Amino acid sequence: MAVAVERPANDELRNLSLSGHVGFDSLPDQLVNKSTSQGFCFNILCVGETGIGKSTLMDTLFNTKFESDPATHNEPGVRLKARSYELQESNVRLKLTIVDTVGFGDQINKDDSYKPIVEYIDTQFEAYLQEELKIKRSLFNYHDTRIHACLYFIAPTGHSLKSLDLVTMKKLDSKVNIIPIIAKADTIAKNELHKFKSKIMSELVSNGVQIYQFPTDEETVAEINATMSVHLPFAVVGSTEEVKIGNKMSKARQYPWGVVQVENENHCDFVKLREMLIRVNMEDLREQTHTRHYELYRRCKLEEMGFKDTDPDSKPFSLQETYEAKRNEFLGELQKKEEEMRQMFVMRVKEKEAELKEAEKDLHEKFDHLKRTHQEEKKKVDDKKKELEEELSNFQKKKAAAQLLQSQAQQAGSQQTKKDKDKKNFFFM
Amino acid sequence: MEGQPVQPAPEETPRNTNPANVGLELFGYVGIEAVLDQMRIKTMKTGFEFNLMVVGQSGLGKSTMVNTLFKSKVSRKPTGPGYEEHIPKTVQLQSVTHIIEEKGVKMKLTVTDTPGFGDQINNENCWDPIIKYINEQYEKYLREEILISRKRKIPDTRVHSCVYFVPPTGHWLRPLDLEFMRRLSKIVNVVPVIAKADTLTLEERAEFKQRIQKDLKAHGISVYPQEDFDDNPDDRILNDKIRDKIPFAVVGADKEHQVNGKRVLGRKTKWGIIEVENPAHCEFPLLRDLLIRSHLQDLKDITHNVHYESYRVQRLNESNRLALSPVNGLLGKDEVESDL
Repeated sequence: MAVAVERPANDELRNLSLSGHVGFDSLPDQLVNKSTSQGFCFNILCVGETGIGKSTLMDTLFNTKFESDPATHNEPGVRLKARSYELQESNVRLKLTIVDTVGFGDQINKDDSYKPIVEYIDTQFEAYLQEELKIKRSLFNYHDTRIHACLYFIAPTGHSLKSLDLVTMKKLDSKVNIIPIIAKADTIAKNELHKFKSKIMSELVSNGVQIYQFPTDEETVAEINATMSVHLPFAVVGSTEEVKIGNKMSKARQYPWGVVQVENENHCDFVKLREMLIRVNMEDLREQTHTRHYELYRRCKLEEMGFKDTDPDSKPFSLQETYEAKRNEFLGELQKKEEEMRQMFVMRVKEKEAELKEAEKDLHEKFDHLKRTHQEEKKKVDDKKKELEEELSNFQKKKAAAQLLQSQAQQAGSQQTKKDKDKKNFFFM
Repeated sequence: MEGQPVQPAPEETPRNTNPANVGLELFGYVGIEAVLDQMRIKTMKTGFEFNLMVVGQSGLGKSTMVNTLFKSKVSRKPTGPGYEEHIPKTVQLQSVTHIIEEKGVKMKLTVTDTPGFGDQINNENCWDPIIKYINEQYEKYLREEILISRKRKIPDTRVHSCVYFVPPTGHWLRPLDLEFMRRLSKIVNVVPVIAKADTLTLEERAEFKQRIQKDLKAHGISVYPQEDFDDNPDDRILNDKIRDKIPFAVVGADKEHQVNGKRVLGRKTKWGIIEVENPAHCEFPLLRDLLIRSHLQDLKDITHNVHYESYRVQRLNESNRLALSPVNGLLGKDEVESDL
C-alpha cells in the first residue's frame, strides 16, 4: 500500500520565476567536474584490410605514436586486437581503447570474416550487462569497454563498395555507430572522389545500411553536423611524418609530384573527421552506444532468455521469478538428462555383461574341446606306448631266447672246441 | 570440419588494471577536452531533477526555508495572520513540483513536506511513513530499471536530500531527533539544520553545535557529507570544513527589507533586522551553497551510487531468499519430502 502523498490539485508542473540568483546554474559545471575527476572512456574499432592505414590514421588523429608492429598478411582468420592507452589533455583524462581487426580481408574465403567482429562487440555488451545484473555492482567506476565508434576503412578503388564491405557493414550497423571513411585518399583524383563518394552513399542507402547520423537536434552543433554530413564518407590521409611547408612543419606525405598535407581541407577530409569524431560528437557517440545499441542488445538478450515485462501488478519481480522458473526448468532438464544417461549406462553395462558371458561360454567350450583333444591324444600316445612296450617285451623275450640259444650253442661249441683243443693238444703232445 | 581455419579467440582488454595501459604523450593539440563542453551542452538540454525533503515539527520554518532557498514561492503555505494551520493526526507527505530555470539551466524541483511529524503526543514510529515513502521511490526506480524495454531516461523521484530541522533548544538533541536521524541516515542523505537560529546567540550556537556533533558521533549517525564517501584528498579537505560547521544554524525569510540602501532578505524585529544572506548573522548561505551551488550533483550521485544500490542489493537478496530454498536452488524439494 503506497503512502498517500498529497499533491496540489493541478498537478501540472508549474514554471516558477526566481526573484534572485539561486545558484544552480553551476550544476553543469558540478557534473563536468565530477566526470573530469573520474576520467572518460572512449573505444574505437577500426575495421579494414591489412595495410589500409588504420594504425597510421589513429596515430595522426590522436597526435601520438601508438606502439604497434605492422600486421602480416597471412593470418588464418580475422582476429581482434585491443589496446588501451591513457591520454591526458589539460585536465581531461581519456582512457582510449583502439581495437584493430587483424587479418581482415586477407583470407581466400572471407565468408566468416565479420563473425569475430560481431562476437567481440557482443562480448563487450555482455560484460556490461553482466555487471548491470549483478546484485552487488559498481557501475560508476566500471571500465566501459563497449565500442563507441566503428571506423570502417573503404579501399580507394574509385568504383564502388566491395561486397565484403557491404556484408560486414550490414552486420554491424545495428550494433555500433559506423562511420565510413575512404582510406589512402591521396590515390584518388578530386573529380573521381566525388563520384566515388556518391556511389558509396547510394549503395549504402539502397542496401539499408544505417551509418551513424551526426545529431542535428541541438542548435549549437546542428549546423556544423549538417554541413559535415554532406562530405560523408570522409576521404582521409594519415601521416605521422612532418614536412616543412612554408615556414612551419606540418603532417604531410611527400611525393615527387607534390606534397599532400593532412590538415589541409582542400587535400583531404582529415580535419573534418577529427572534428566530427572528437571535438564535436564524442559524447553523443558514447550516448548512442549506451542508449540505443546497448539497450537493443539487452532487450534481445533478455527476451531470448525468456524474460517478459509482465504487467507489474501480478509479479513483484518479473525478472527474478522468470529467472527462477527458468532455472528450475533448466535443473529439471538436467535431472532428466542425468536419468537418461544413467539408464543408458545401465543398459550398456547389461549388454557388456551378456557379451562377456558369451565370451566366457565360448572359452569354456574351447577349453573342453581342447581337453578332449588332449585326452584323445594322450590315449593315442598311451596306446602307442603300450604297443611299443609290447614290442619291447617281445623283443626282450626274443632276445632272451636268442641269448639262451646262443649260450647253449656256445656251450656246445665250447665243448666242441675243447674237444678240438684236446685233440689238438693230443696231437701236439 | 577440415579446411576451416581455426580462429583464435579475440583478445579482450582486461577490465581492471591493464598492464599495457600506456600513458602516452600527445605531440599536439587533439581536442579531447572539447568533450567537456559536449557534456555541458547535453546536460543543459536534458535538464536536471532534484528532490528535496524537509522534515521537522510544525512551526520550525520549513516552508519559509524552502522558499528562501529557491527564492520563489515553492511551497504555497499562506503565512498571514488569521490562518489556522491544521495539524494532521498522522504524518502526511505533501509534494510539490516546479520547474525553475536559471541561465539556461532547467531544473525540475520537487519538495516533499512532512506535516504532522513530531507533533503528536505519542510520536512513536512517526518516521515510518517517511521511510516508506523513500523506499517506495527507490522501488519505483528499480522497477523501471529492470524492465526489458526501458525508457531512455528513467524519471528520478528518489529523495536526494532530507533536511532535518532541529528545534533551537540549545541543549541536546532530543530522543526523537536521534531516532529519526539514526534511521534515515542509512537510506538517504540527511542534512541537519538548526531552525530559527535567531533565538540563539553566537556563543550558544557554537555550544549547541558542539553538543550536537558529539551526540551524532556517539550514536554513530553519519550525516551528509559522509566521511566514507570522500573520493580524494581535495574532497576530504573541503568536506572536513563543512563537517566542522554541521549543523548549520539557519534563519529563513522571504520578505525583503531595506538595509544600508540595499534590499536584502531578512526578518525585521524590534531589535534589528536579521539578514538571511549575511554570513555574520546566520549560516543560511552555507546551507544554500552546500545544497545547491557545490554539492547538488554530489548529493544525487551518492543517492544513486550508494543508497539506491544498497536498497537494490537488499531487495534482490530478499526475493532471492523467497524463491529459493537453501539447498542448491531446487524449489521446495526438502519441503515436499518433509510433507510426506
